[in-house]
Amino acid sequence: MAVFEAKPALPPPVLTRGPVGWARQNLLSSPLNVGLTLVGVVLIVALVVPAVDWALLNATFRGTTADACTGTGACWPFVTTRLDFFVYGFYPPPERWRVNVLFALLALVIVPQLLPRFPGRRALAVFGFLGLPVLAAVLLLGGIAGLPFVETGKWGGLMLTLVLAMVGILAALPVGVVLALGRRSKMVVVRVSCTTFIEFWRGVPLISVLFMASVMLPLFLPEGVNFDKLLRALIGIIMFQSAYMAEVVRGGLQAIPRGQFEAAHALGLGYWRTMGLIILPQALKLVIPGIVNTFIALFKDTTLVLIIGLLDVLGSVQAAIVDPAWNRVAVEGYVFAGLCYWVFCFGMSRYSHALERKLQTGHKR
Amino acid sequence: MDAPVTPVPPGIPESSTVSLKPAAPAPRPLPWNDPRTRSITFQVLTAAFLVWFFWTLFDNTLTNMAHRGIATGFDFLDRTAGFGILMSLIPYDDTMTYGRTFVVGLLNTLLVSVLGIVFSTLIGFAVGIARLSRNWLVSRIALVYIETIRNIPLLLQIFFWYFAVLRTLPGPRQSLSLGEAAFLNNRGLYVPAPLAEPGFDWVGLAFVGALIGAIGLARWARRRQQATGQPFPTLATGLGLVIGLPLLVFLALGAPLGFETPALRGFNFQGGLRLIPELVALTLALSLYTATFIAEVVRGGILAVSHGQTEAASALGLRPGLTLRLIVLPQAMRVIIPPLTSQYLNLIKNSSLATAIGYPDLVAVFMGTSLNQTGQAVEIVGMTMAVYLFISLAISLGMNWYNSAMALKER
Repeated sequence: MAVFEAKPALPPPVLTRGPVGWARQNLLSSPLNVGLTLVGVVLIVALVVPAVDWALLNATFRGTTADACTGTGACWPFVTTRLDFFVYGFYPPPERWRVNVLFALLALVIVPQLLPRFPGRRALAVFGFLGLPVLAAVLLLGGIAGLPFVETGKWGGLMLTLVLAMVGILAALPVGVVLALGRRSKMVVVRVSCTTFIEFWRGVPLISVLFMASVMLPLFLPEGVNFDKLLRALIGIIMFQSAYMAEVVRGGLQAIPRGQFEAAHALGLGYWRTMGLIILPQALKLVIPGIVNTFIALFKDTTLVLIIGLLDVLGSVQAAIVDPAWNRVAVEGYVFAGLCYWVFCFGMSRYSHALERKLQTGHKR
Repeated sequence: MDAPVTPVPPGIPESSTVSLKPAAPAPRPLPWNDPRTRSITFQVLTAAFLVWFFWTLFDNTLTNMAHRGIATGFDFLDRTAGFGILMSLIPYDDTMTYGRTFVVGLLNTLLVSVLGIVFSTLIGFAVGIARLSRNWLVSRIALVYIETIRNIPLLLQIFFWYFAVLRTLPGPRQSLSLGEAAFLNNRGLYVPAPLAEPGFDWVGLAFVGALIGAIGLARWARRRQQATGQPFPTLATGLGLVIGLPLLVFLALGAPLGFETPALRGFNFQGGLRLIPELVALTLALSLYTATFIAEVVRGGILAVSHGQTEAASALGLRPGLTLRLIVLPQAMRVIIPPLTSQYLNLIKNSSLATAIGYPDLVAVFMGTSLNQTGQAVEIVGMTMAVYLFISLAISLGMNWYNSAMALKER
C-alpha cells in the first residue's frame, strides 16, 4: 500500500517574500502607488541631500570667529562659541555651577521615571514635585546659605526656558484640577466663576495675556508693590495654561460613570475624599495624553516671553544672530534652538505614548 | 365578562391593609454638618471674596492711573493716530484716528487668519490622508513632517521663515522668478493682479445664479430620492453648473479679465499685487504648523469609523467610492469637526504672534503702537481681548450648535 508522504511545501514565490516582496506590497502595489513612491523619492532627494550637504559635509566645525567659516555650508562655530550664552544667559560665570547642579538634579528626577524598575522611583517623583522647586529657587536665586544673590534679570537661555516650563507645569496641573472641579460643582457661584475664568483665558491669545501681565499688572497692584518681570510672565503663563488644563481634566471627569460617585457616597465618603480617592485617580489616568499635550504646548509657549523682553533659548539666539561680527548665521541659530525644543517636546510625547499603553488596564476587551 | 377573582389565601382577613407609620422627621443636623448650610456659606464666602478682589483691582487701577496722569475713557479713538501702518486693506494714512488703526489691525488679523485656515486645511487633509496611505514611504514622510514641525515652537518657525529665508532673499534685480509672472525677493512676493474689465460683473452674476440653481437642484434631487428611491448625480451636475455656467458666460463675453503682471522698472517692481514678506512668512508658518495638528485630527477621525461600517457597506453592495462618501466620511466628519474648529481658533489666536516680526495685525498695531502712544492700557487691552473673546465665543457657540445637530441621536 502506497503511503502518502507530503512533500515539503514550496517556498512562496520569489516576488512575494523578502525585501522585494515587501517593496511590491508597500511601495509598488498599484500604478498610483508607484507614482506616489516616485514623488516621495524625489522629495527626499530634493530636501535631504542639500540639508545633509549644508549641515555636515560642507559645514565648518572648528574655529572661534566668523573668518573660520569658508565653506558653503553651515557655520557651527557660531553656536559652539556662544553655547554658554545660549544655556545660561547672563548668569554670572562663577555661579554657573549652581545651574549645572540643578540640571543634574532634574536629570536625576526625570531619567528614573523612564526606567520602570529603578529603585526609589516614586520617592524621586515626589521629591521632583515638592522638594525640587524649593531647592531650585534657593540654588538659582541665592541670597542665603552663603550663595551670592543673582537677580532674575540675569537669567536666560535654556536655563530660563526650563525654569518657565517647570514652574508652569508644576502650577498649572493643580490649578487646572481645582478649576475643573469648580466647573462641575453644584454650587452656582463657584461654577459660574470657574466657567467664566476658563472661557476668558481660553478665548484670548497668550501674547495679549503676557502684554497684560507686563503692562496692566503694575496698574492693578497697590502702589509700591511691584513684581519681578519673570514672575509676571509666570503668572500669565500659569493662568493661561491652567484654563486649558481644566478643560482636559473636565473631559476626564465627564467620562467617569455616575455609579462611581454613587458608590463612593454609599461608602460614606465626603466630597473631597470621593474626588481624591475615587474619581480623580481614574479621571486623570484617562486624560494623560491630553495633560502631556498641554505640557508640550506650555513648553513651546514659553518662547513668547521674548516678546516682553526675557531672553530664553530663542530670545538669546535671536539676540546673537544680529551680531554684525557674524553674517548670515540665522539658519544655524534657529536650527540649534529648534533642536533644543524638539528634543524636549518629542521626548514628552513619546513618554506619554508609553505611559498611555502601560496604564491601559482592564478597559480593553 | 366577569373579573377574575383572586383567591385569598386562608388565614388572612380579606380586608387587611398595611398601615404605615408616618416617617419620623430626620433629626436636623448641626448647622456646620448640614450640606445646604455649608453650600450657602461657602458660596457667600466665594462671592464676597470675588467682589472684594475685583473692587480692590478697580480701586488700585483708578488710584494708579490718577497718579500717573493716564486719561480714561474712549475719547482717544477719535484722536489722530499720527503713525503709518505697513499694510492696510482699507485706505489709511497717518492723519486718521486711533479708531481707524483698530479697524486696520482687525482686518489684517482676519486676512492672515483666513489665508492660514485655507492653506492649513488643504495641507492638513492631504497630510492626514497621506499618513493613512498604504504606501510605506508616503506615510513615513507624512509622519516625519508631523513629528518635526509639531514639536518646534511656532514663534521659532515664524522667525525662521522671516529672518532666515525671506529677508535673505536677493534684491529686486535678482528676484526669483516663478514662471515670469510672480517674483519673490526681499521686498515680498509680487503676483499678477486680476483686473476686471467691463462685463465681468455678468460672470459674477452667472456664478451666483448657478449657485442658487445648484442648491435648488440638490433639494429637488433629495426629495425625489426620498419619494421614489431614484438617485440623481447631484454632485457632478451641481459642480458642472457652478463651474460651467460662469465659464460659458466668461468665454461668451470674450474673456473680460486682464492680468497686470509685475515688471521690474528701475530699482523695484511696479504693478501687480505685492504681498509683504511679513505676511508671506506668517502665512507660511501658521499654515505649516497648524496643518500638522489638522493632519492628526483627520487621521483620528477616519480611524474612528469602525471597520464594521465599511464591511457592512460592502455587504450591502456599495462600491468603495460610495462607501467613502456615504458611510465613512459623514461619520468621520462628526469626529473631525469639533477638534478642527478648535484648531482654527488656535490659528486665529496664534496669528497675534505677527507682532514679533512686525506684521501689522491687531495686537501689533493697536496693542503695540497705539497703546504706547496713548498709554491707555486698560481700554486698549480690554478692546483687543474683547475682539478675540468675541471670535472665540461666536465660533464655539456655532460649534456647539453643529455638535448637537450632528450628535448621534440614540433612543
